[in-house]
This record gives sequence, structure tokens and C-alpha cells, in this order.
Amino acid sequence: MTAYTLKQAGELLQAKKISAVELAQEYLAAIDARNPAINGYIILDKDKTLAEAQAADARIAAGNASALTGVPIAYKDIFCQTGWRSACSSKMLDNFVAPYTATVVQNLLDAGMVTLGRTNMDEFAMGSTNETSFYGATKNPWNLDNVPGGSSGGSAAVVAARLAPVALGSDTGGSIRQPASHCGITGIKPTYGIVSRFGMVAYASSFDQAGPMAQTAEDCAILLNAMASFDNRDSTSLEREQEDYTRELNQPLKGLKVGLPKEYFGAGNSADVQAALQASIDLLKAQGAELVDVSLPQTELSIPAYYVLASAEASTNLSRYDGVRYGHRAAQFGDLEEMYSNTRAEGFGSEVKRRIMIGTYVLSHGYYDAYYLKAQKLRRLVANDFQTALQQCDVILAPTAPTTAPKLGSDIHDPVQMYLSDIYTIAVNLAGLPALTLPAGFGTDGLPIGVQLIGNYFSEAKILGVANQMQQHSDWHSRMPV
Amino acid sequence: MALTLADVEKIARLSRLSLTEAEKAQNLQQLNDIFALVEKMQTVNTDGIEPMAHPHEVALRLREDAVTETDHAAEYQAVAPEVRNRLYIVPQVIEE
Repeated sequence: MTAYTLKQAGELLQAKKISAVELAQEYLAAIDARNPAINGYIILDKDKTLAEAQAADARIAAGNASALTGVPIAYKDIFCQTGWRSACSSKMLDNFVAPYTATVVQNLLDAGMVTLGRTNMDEFAMGSTNETSFYGATKNPWNLDNVPGGSSGGSAAVVAARLAPVALGSDTGGSIRQPASHCGITGIKPTYGIVSRFGMVAYASSFDQAGPMAQTAEDCAILLNAMASFDNRDSTSLEREQEDYTRELNQPLKGLKVGLPKEYFGAGNSADVQAALQASIDLLKAQGAELVDVSLPQTELSIPAYYVLASAEASTNLSRYDGVRYGHRAAQFGDLEEMYSNTRAEGFGSEVKRRIMIGTYVLSHGYYDAYYLKAQKLRRLVANDFQTALQQCDVILAPTAPTTAPKLGSDIHDPVQMYLSDIYTIAVNLAGLPALTLPAGFGTDGLPIGVQLIGNYFSEAKILGVANQMQQHSDWHSRMPV
Repeated sequence: MALTLADVEKIARLSRLSLTEAEKAQNLQQLNDIFALVEKMQTVNTDGIEPMAHPHEVALRLREDAVTETDHAAEYQAVAPEVRNRLYIVPQVIEE
């Protein structure tokens, strides 16, 4: 059974109890057997995987291995990797084999991690259910009739199904946290600017941030140590000292002030989500944490503000797909204009087209002030709300999603319904703050429920530490689907 | 203010997306639903609030004006739909 955490796999490799090739083969066999039902991986290349594993074994034998050398990992289809098809789960990039590698992937390759494959996602990371993928929906490993969440649904599903010890996701409006919650795993969206965006296909550039998805907070901390770096090739990469994100893992919770935002504990939550929150509150209290009531008044309006701003950035970013330099080109067209519009009509799915149109409209003459500028002002208010709340507490406890994972097909035809389900994740992206989700219970439908810990800028070590302490005193994170 | 079919056609044209009649109708409905949600932003007073474009108040970095990249044309153009003599080929736009 391939149920290793990253830490366990690393220790087995270091102790030479298993080789990187043997470990990769175990995972590849498990993927062969169980991935077809889940559709979490969409691209596999066993020869490449085994070649990377052999190189890792050579490095371990030579005595210059890192703690991550030989540990397998899955990458969301949004990260470019030389020689691998990097499609962002879109028909537009179905024929795109990346000629370069994303910095965050290169950092992990340099550490000796072994690529298992590329995971399914909502097309261009636009969606909350994984159903907008050109390659078909990923199924939730806990119940194949339900969605895994999105957009990093494939990464969440393969970690939950133990088909990878860890995976990379990206989070623009909740795309790491919401699927991690729906699949019963742990995931963190770091502070904006900590992990390089170079080579990560752009959706909304002032929001997009890559992060780790794993069984435990400890694994997330170890992986984030290797992911984070200053990168000259990303104009918004932050120039900071490297820090050790594992440094607060053993910090006891006594005296920790945990804020409970009243807007997040309302009638919008299902009873089982509310119960999981209460269980987390009880756990924190039992460990000596102190609870404080806080308020995030603009919570509801963060949804329209986010969809205006993210769509505006998307309409700009996705203008690069014109059928000229890479990706799909329509077979039939008359002039250049028609080549553009036919290429884009064929290459993009309906949710992507919708967001391009929302963005085009809010940026167009006469509507810029009413929509785009208004949303940017609301973004400031949302960020200010968090600063006020975080003066009263060290971390904020919140639900990750208002319900467990919906059934396949239930949200996809009603975009507004899908957008509203992002209510607890998107404010964090507007502000650029770090936030983590960890498993905290199960619904009456047997599906996992996650809760969120939100911290101030650069407080990753703290929220990872709080989550690790909660995981030391509970076992939700070690449950896995049968 | 609800969008009309003519608005949807204009937005689609600006977005360089050719839509079928069925797609136009569906988008009209869905965009109007979405903008009903967006209109709720107007209920908040934002007078005097500085718009926020980005999470961090940092200026773009400058670098030395020096060559840092080598020639990658062959790799980058290997994935292009049509290339000749290192040029991307598109339908003719200027009359001969």
C-alpha cells in the first residue's frame, strides 16, 4: 500500500530500506490499478519517472542526497515542465509540450524529487469542481459520484487516494484549499509572492500562488521549504531571506489566540460543517488556546469583487492564446481576425469564455470605474478587515467550504451557484494572505470536511505549527478512502 | 442594468470569440445573473478608499541592461502552428 507521507518516504530512502526506483514502481502500479476510476492523473510517462528515480538513487548512493531526494510528487497540469505536455487541462494547450520548466518545479527537481505525472484540473484553473477540464472530471476518491473540488482537484484526489505522497496545486481563489477540504487532505496557500509564478500558466496574476498539498501539515512545511525562493524571472517574487517553515511545528498551542469571524459561522454552513468547526474549536480549547470573536464585514462582497478582478486579469492573460505562437489553431478561417476568434472559440471551454467576457466587459470603456475600480476599492476594504481582525488574534479559524463536495453535475450549469460556494476562500486571495486547510471531520454523506487557518502575511510557519499541533491531537488526516 | 444580446455580441467580438446563437443566448442569461451579483458591490461606500491592485506595495524591480538569455528560437518555435525562416506565419494582413 502506497500510503507513505513525504516524511516517511524520505526516511525510508535515506535509510536505504527502499530505493527511489522501487518506490516509483510501487506508485506507478497503484496508479495503473486505481487512477482510471478517479481520473486524477491525466498525463503519465513511466520512462521519464523511472529515469528520474534512477538519478535519485545514484545521488543517494553518492551521498549527496537532500531529504526530498527520491520522494515522488505529482504536479498540477498548470506547471510547465520541459518535455512534458503542459496543457492546463485545456484543448487550447492539448498539443503543447513545454520548452521550459517552472521555477518551483525546477526547485523540486534540484532537490531530487521524482515526477509521477501531471494532475487534472479545471480548465485554466477556472472552476470549483474540476468539471471544466478538457480531459473529463476527476472523481472524489471518497465517493466517485462526487466532485473532488477545484481547481486543483486532480492533485487533491491523488493525494487522498494515496497515489502520490504529495502534490503541487495552485490557488487563485481557493483552488488548493477547497479541493483539499473536499478530499480530506492538508494544503496551504502561501503568502502571495513567496513561491515563484514563473512557468505557472497565468490565470489572475495578482492572485495566483502555488502551494503544497499533502496528508499532513508537517509534509506541507517540508515541501514549502524546497518550493519557496526568490526568482528574478517573476516580477512579483519577494526578495526575502529563506526561512524554515518547520520551525514552529512543535510549538504548543497554550496561549494562542484564535479568532472566530462571525460572518463565517452563519446559516450558510451545513450542520455537519458547523459540527466539524465546533470539534476544532473544542480541540483548540483543550490544548489551551484562547478564542476571540472577530469580524470580517466584507465577506459577502468579496465574491463579486473577486470575480470582477480575477476575470479582468484573466481576459488580459488569456489574450496570448491567438493560434500564432503555440497551442491550438483553428483549421478553418478566412482572415487573421477570424483565425483568432475561431481558434479561441474552439480552444476554450464555456467557463473560460465566460470569464474572458466578464473581464473584457468590466475593463471596457464606460464600465471600468463602476466595476473594475470599485472592485479594487473593495479589495482594499477586505484586506483592511483582515488586518483589524488579526490585531485581536494570532490566527483565524474558519470553514473552508460551506458544504461537503457536491455531486458531479450539480453546480456546473449554474455559474453563480458555483461562485457563491467559494465564499470562505477568496477573501484570503484578495488580501494575499497565507491560509491552510486541514481535515476536521466527516459529513453525514461520509465525505471529508476541512477547516481553515488564516494568518497574517509571512505567518506560514505559525499556521503550519498550529495545524501540526491539531493533527498531533486528532486523526482526521490519517483517514483514507477505501 | 441588464445586458442585451447586442452587448453580448460586442463583448464576444472584443474578446475575439466567435459564439454560436445558442452560446450567445446562454451567455446572455448567465452574464446577467453574474452581473446581478456584481451590482451588489455598489451597496458599499468606498469614497476615499485607495484602489488595491496588488497584495504588496512594492515597485517593479529593475535589472542591469545586459543580455541574460541565449537563443531559444528553435525550441520555442517547435511548438508553433506554422513557422518559416524563424518567422511565425499568419494569414496575409497587408495587401501586396
